[in-house]
Amino acid sequence: MDVTQLARRVRAVTPARIFVGRIGTSYGTAQLLALRADHAAARDAVTANLTLTSGPLAPLAERYGLFAVDSAADDRTQYLRRPDRGRRLSSIARDTITARCPHDTDLQVVIGDGLSAAAIEAQVPGLLPLLLDAADQAGWSIGQTFAVNHCRVGIMNDVGEILHPKAVVLLIGERPGLATAQSMSAYLAWRPRAHHTDADRNLLSNIHPRGIAHPDAVSRIIALIRAMRATGASGITLKEPDRRGPLDSDSVGTAP
Amino acid sequence: MAYRATVRGERFVFADLREVMAKANEEKSGDQLAEIAAGSARERVAAKLALADVPLSEIVANPLVDDAVTDLILASHDTVGFQAIAACTIGEFREMILAPGFPETWAAGGLARAVTPEIAAAVAKIMSDRDLITGAKPLRTATRCRNTMGGPGVLGVRTQPNHPTDDVEGILLSAVDGLLYGCGDAMIGVNPAAESVTGTAAILRGLAGLIDHLHLPTQTCVLAHLTTQLAALDAGAPVDLLFQSVAGTEEANRSFGISLDLLAEGREAVLAHHRTRAGQFVGEQVMYFETGQGSALSADAHHSIDQLTVEARAHGVARAYDPFLVNSVVGFIGPEYLADARQIIRAGLEDHFVGKLLGLPMGIDVCYTNHVEADQNTNDDLFILLAAAGCTFVMGVPASDDVMLGYQSTSYHDAAGIRELFGLSPAPEFTTWLTEKGLLRDGRLTDPAGQLAATLAGGLDAALLQATPSAAIGTHHPRRQPGGAM
Repeated sequence: MDVTQLARRVRAVTPARIFVGRIGTSYGTAQLLALRADHAAARDAVTANLTLTSGPLAPLAERYGLFAVDSAADDRTQYLRRPDRGRRLSSIARDTITARCPHDTDLQVVIGDGLSAAAIEAQVPGLLPLLLDAADQAGWSIGQTFAVNHCRVGIMNDVGEILHPKAVVLLIGERPGLATAQSMSAYLAWRPRAHHTDADRNLLSNIHPRGIAHPDAVSRIIALIRAMRATGASGITLKEPDRRGPLDSDSVGTAP
Repeated sequence: MAYRATVRGERFVFADLREVMAKANEEKSGDQLAEIAAGSARERVAAKLALADVPLSEIVANPLVDDAVTDLILASHDTVGFQAIAACTIGEFREMILAPGFPETWAAGGLARAVTPEIAAAVAKIMSDRDLITGAKPLRTATRCRNTMGGPGVLGVRTQPNHPTDDVEGILLSAVDGLLYGCGDAMIGVNPAAESVTGTAAILRGLAGLIDHLHLPTQTCVLAHLTTQLAALDAGAPVDLLFQSVAGTEEANRSFGISLDLLAEGREAVLAHHRTRAGQFVGEQVMYFETGQGSALSADAHHSIDQLTVEARAHGVARAYDPFLVNSVVGFIGPEYLADARQIIRAGLEDHFVGKLLGLPMGIDVCYTNHVEADQNTNDDLFILLAAAGCTFVMGVPASDDVMLGYQSTSYHDAAGIRELFGLSPAPEFTTWLTEKGLLRDGRLTDPAGQLAATLAGGLDAALLQATPSAAIGTHHPRRQPGGAM
């Protein structure tokens, strides 16, 4: 096997840019400019807004009655610089979900744009129906799913305080990488309350075509919720059943 | 106690040490977010002037927060060695650091342990970028695990061969590619996508298989939570380095799911494990820590202390556990803490200097995310500045693109290029290996082919067998198709 054959082997197993060659110690021109192009695309994804009324999320919004509320961040620029605002619902949003969402359910799903609305548009249409069907089959009461613009992970605490669901699942766009702007995370929390941190949450990251596929993601989310229901806890102490161990976000943290 | 300074006739008053420390910082979006930053450029300079007149003894005598991290810092403070510098002001201490002869005094007298994190942070606040580079350069600390880091003329590289689903073959292929660029001497260190004991154990076994079969003089690490790594160790996986993210306050460490006791217990467990693997280690530095400005604020656990000072305290935590390497992941955290290229570059130089003054084997993950005002040119710039500053190690990520964490760091190409530009080498044991294998000739990378690729591929297959004993050699993985993002 020579280096070229080694390079061929790569393409089946990793999206990493390996065996790309070198000119001296520099990239070839095509490689250098491809990196620049991918960075440009990622920068554009960060500034895009979530849309429910048109595009790939519109049929889903229709089917599940999805609506969007805002975090306490006024706009995209403030969202990037003020994470505290992205972690709180606006006062209008608090009133809206209080009025429109059933309280005290077994499962509340929330959709957040996070740092990539493109990831939500790419993953939620496939994943959400599977997730809600599986929760329904488990016999759980399910809340009214809604979306949050300019959303950070800490929004789960507000949702927990207002609606008192047992389990909250937040589907949120991860910070775009160069390889993809379509990667989504699912954060899970048991009875989230003010001052809960990442140590109280469980995370499934890298939900995208070259990462975790939708059926696999859903079965793992459901298994985690079952474990949360059995132990009455989420976060660092919770073991992900069957295939994996404790799940936390300490070493990943790519979502806002 | 209040602090005062006058700038061009305008008088500024700072209520306490915490305020003067925060306002003396160079501009950082995180300090502004915490509402503790200077309100104007004049106020910033006034705070620097006031801080320059504060004696070191006053900083030690006035802890900024009462918590377990402060207790640890004070308990490990060399109060005898401190007598030699206690009466200095911060301004005088800056001049002492930059004067000829300081590196010798620092090394001979073990002065690092007399410097507290808060002192190191304070002096960094009144230093220019060049001061931070000039001051850090001669302060070197050698550490040993399976090889030796931190020697003169050495720039280490941690290969970071992450994979979006922790596919061991994909991870090992990325690591092998790094070897062709002379990377991997600091460690082969994988951030797992999933926190899983079995997954962590499989990656550890695969990495160990690779270095066993290639006789690579380096160490491996899987950067799962410390408790996950220890569970993998209990399950029989080989752990060279025990990783943990650490922060500068007790409360922030709690948000990471750790305590100081847990760090001590973990270190003891790994040292005991190493004693069962006699002959594989050349030293007893077994911990690898990562830090980064803004982490305590992001956990709302900063106690209104500025992010440079909290970061220095995280270095103080790391120091107490005799680390092999410490890494400030400077540009990972995002624009709410470090807004742009200018702030990332400054923070990278500060963290490196502070770590070095405290005696740490300090490296920097020179990096940026896609939601911050920085780009690969920022990375080039900071990497060159840190090479000039004598940085202990950096990351090596394939073509800079971390396909799991979704951010850009320094690449295998960058590391090889900077080593060439500055005449720096990998760790001595690793240089010998690279030379024997024909990857390095007269300190320059070769164009490998033929027999070498066969050797590397052989090591890869053997490692895969070790990671997942049931896997057949050469089996392809039909679940993914070529193309896509390549």
